[in-house]
Amino acid sequence: MNKPILQRARTEAETALIERFDQGDRRLVGATDLRAAAMQRFADAGLPNRRVEAWHYTDLRGAMRTAALARAPDTATLPLARQCLAKPLAQTNAHRFVIFNGAYNEELSSDGAPPAGVTVSSLASALAVGDADVLDVLKADTPGTGDAIVALNTALMQDGVVIRVAPGAKVERPLAILNLMTGGFAQAAFLRSILIVGAGASIMLDEATAVCMPDATQANEALTVVVGDGARVDYAAQVAEQGANSVALHSLFVTMGANAQFNGFCLVPTAGLVRRQIFARLEGEHSTISLGGLSLLRGKEHSDTTLVIDHAVPNCVSREFFRHILDHEATGVFQGKVVVRQHAQKTDGGMKSQALVLGEDASMNNKPELEIFADDVVCGHGATVGQLDKNQIFYLQARGLSRGEAESLLLEAFANEALDLVADEAVRARFAGQTDDWLAHRSGR
Amino acid sequence: MLEVKNLHVSVGGRKILDGLNLTVKDGEVAAIMGPNGTGKSTLSYVIAGREDYEVEEGEVLLDGVNILEMDATERANAGVFLAFQYPLEIPGVATMTFLKAALNAQARAKGQGELQTPEFMKKVREAAQKLGVAQDMLKRPLNVGFSGGEKKRMEILQMALLQPKIGILDETDSGLDIDALRIVADGVNALRAQDRSFLVITHYQRLLDYIKPDTVHVMARGKIARTGGPELALELEKSGYAAFTGEAA
Repeated sequence: MNKPILQRARTEAETALIERFDQGDRRLVGATDLRAAAMQRFADAGLPNRRVEAWHYTDLRGAMRTAALARAPDTATLPLARQCLAKPLAQTNAHRFVIFNGAYNEELSSDGAPPAGVTVSSLASALAVGDADVLDVLKADTPGTGDAIVALNTALMQDGVVIRVAPGAKVERPLAILNLMTGGFAQAAFLRSILIVGAGASIMLDEATAVCMPDATQANEALTVVVGDGARVDYAAQVAEQGANSVALHSLFVTMGANAQFNGFCLVPTAGLVRRQIFARLEGEHSTISLGGLSLLRGKEHSDTTLVIDHAVPNCVSREFFRHILDHEATGVFQGKVVVRQHAQKTDGGMKSQALVLGEDASMNNKPELEIFADDVVCGHGATVGQLDKNQIFYLQARGLSRGEAESLLLEAFANEALDLVADEAVRARFAGQTDDWLAHRSGR
Repeated sequence: MLEVKNLHVSVGGRKILDGLNLTVKDGEVAAIMGPNGTGKSTLSYVIAGREDYEVEEGEVLLDGVNILEMDATERANAGVFLAFQYPLEIPGVATMTFLKAALNAQARAKGQGELQTPEFMKKVREAAQKLGVAQDMLKRPLNVGFSGGEKKRMEILQMALLQPKIGILDETDSGLDIDALRIVADGVNALRAQDRSFLVITHYQRLLDYIKPDTVHVMARGKIARTGGPELALELEKSGYAAFTGEAA
């Protein structure tokens, strides 16, 4: 492996992460070579910083001066986890798989067998037996493999959920992957989950990350979704409560077969530092991917969505629609790149990012990119950053609404237009409720 | 009663209203006519409380209280209603949601309880029917994709629901065809009452054929240049505004 000629000084966090791996953690089971290679990639790159183009607006090295330790699974804090589960993290009827403090936890997960057509195992047990499907997914050279945070996740992945959906299975009951951390002090978790959806199957998946006692937690999670030919996946994620000094990193990998559909949406109603990266590749024709998100940020919160959509074959559709509301000194980042390869003719791509900046010191960074090598495509992107329209506020005030009510109504409308992307009514209502809570907090209702 | 006394207003250093005086008694329909750029819309915005204007001098009294001290919300709750010349489109806010928010805000301001949903729905449906506002319009985002006529009808619908003390109609006739004009005028006429007055701002006599004014004021160069009865409007239709602007017709 080529090493950089000039080695820059490692930060305390980088050194700690590398040493921890080198010293060997007995909880890191299986995939030994894969982990070692990934750690080498991380050691070469270090924590991402502004000089890494894909991380230009999120200086993780600066934000993560120290590396928190993964917490050993314990039973003492289970009651806290149960309280946490009472929050609206997923659909109430979902069959949930809970990862608690870095380990799959059967006690907190739903009782009984998963819905028909769904088989489940923990990542740790799959790696322990050298599950070939799982190793194939982890080894696949997909966009994002070169990312330092993904490498760190691969090297240090503790556990996660591996879900397989049988071909043709129409799973009515939603599934949920919930990552809970006790919190209360600095704590890290490295989680990797995998969802393999067979041809013609359909599934709804909720995913949430929550910290019971919000603190300086550091979560590095990844989810790989393999959507088979003719399959459909509806994915709804949310970052739930976490502390002001927390770091939540999430990488979503989506690979799609032919005639497949993937609809994904993420709500970020709170953040210390949140980075969600999406790497999607359309590998079969006539597939559609739709990605959306709503970030509601206040204080010094920072939320970054960075995505790459790779149109590797002709005749596919991709849509991205992300909105930010930024109060106080919050920072929003949207970076979207749509790649259309030379033979991916008849690609239909549309990307939009819109932000409302409320706070005088809030900021939004938009970077939409199109890389088109085919000549018969329809692709567009748009990015807007604005403030609330004072004429609209006056109009509403002239009908008797207070300024605060007028602002709330307009913000709710702005948020709702993003939430309209969520096809499932129950999920949309849950997200709308959280949006309403956020607005109520803002207006002191 | 609305009294405007010696009102001086400028925007960005440019004088728009220059010592305007005007009285509209309870139950009176007063028309304000005048050429383009004479400050008619500014007057309506200043009364309604839009912030971009600098009031240099003067008072606007509603039942003896100077409303210039109030913000737009307080003025609306005090009974001022401006039917906008260009009603704003509010994407993402269903018309019904907006109407309910407005009615409840004003009910709260008056110390009344909020309307129950069935009562509210009934009220809106009845008012909408009278103004020929289709039910599906009420479900759509406020004014989004509405035609010019639909937007104006929606303004009158809001006025009918909010029952103001003074309704200011800022060129409500602009962009309306004859049928829509009649519907809108009928809506306004139905609201005429002893304790409610109207300030009808228009360029043309036509609207005044349908909404018969008690008084007609001609506005020019930022002030009221002449006041008369309905016959003044007819006179203007013939002679134009040249006598007031100092320009040849």
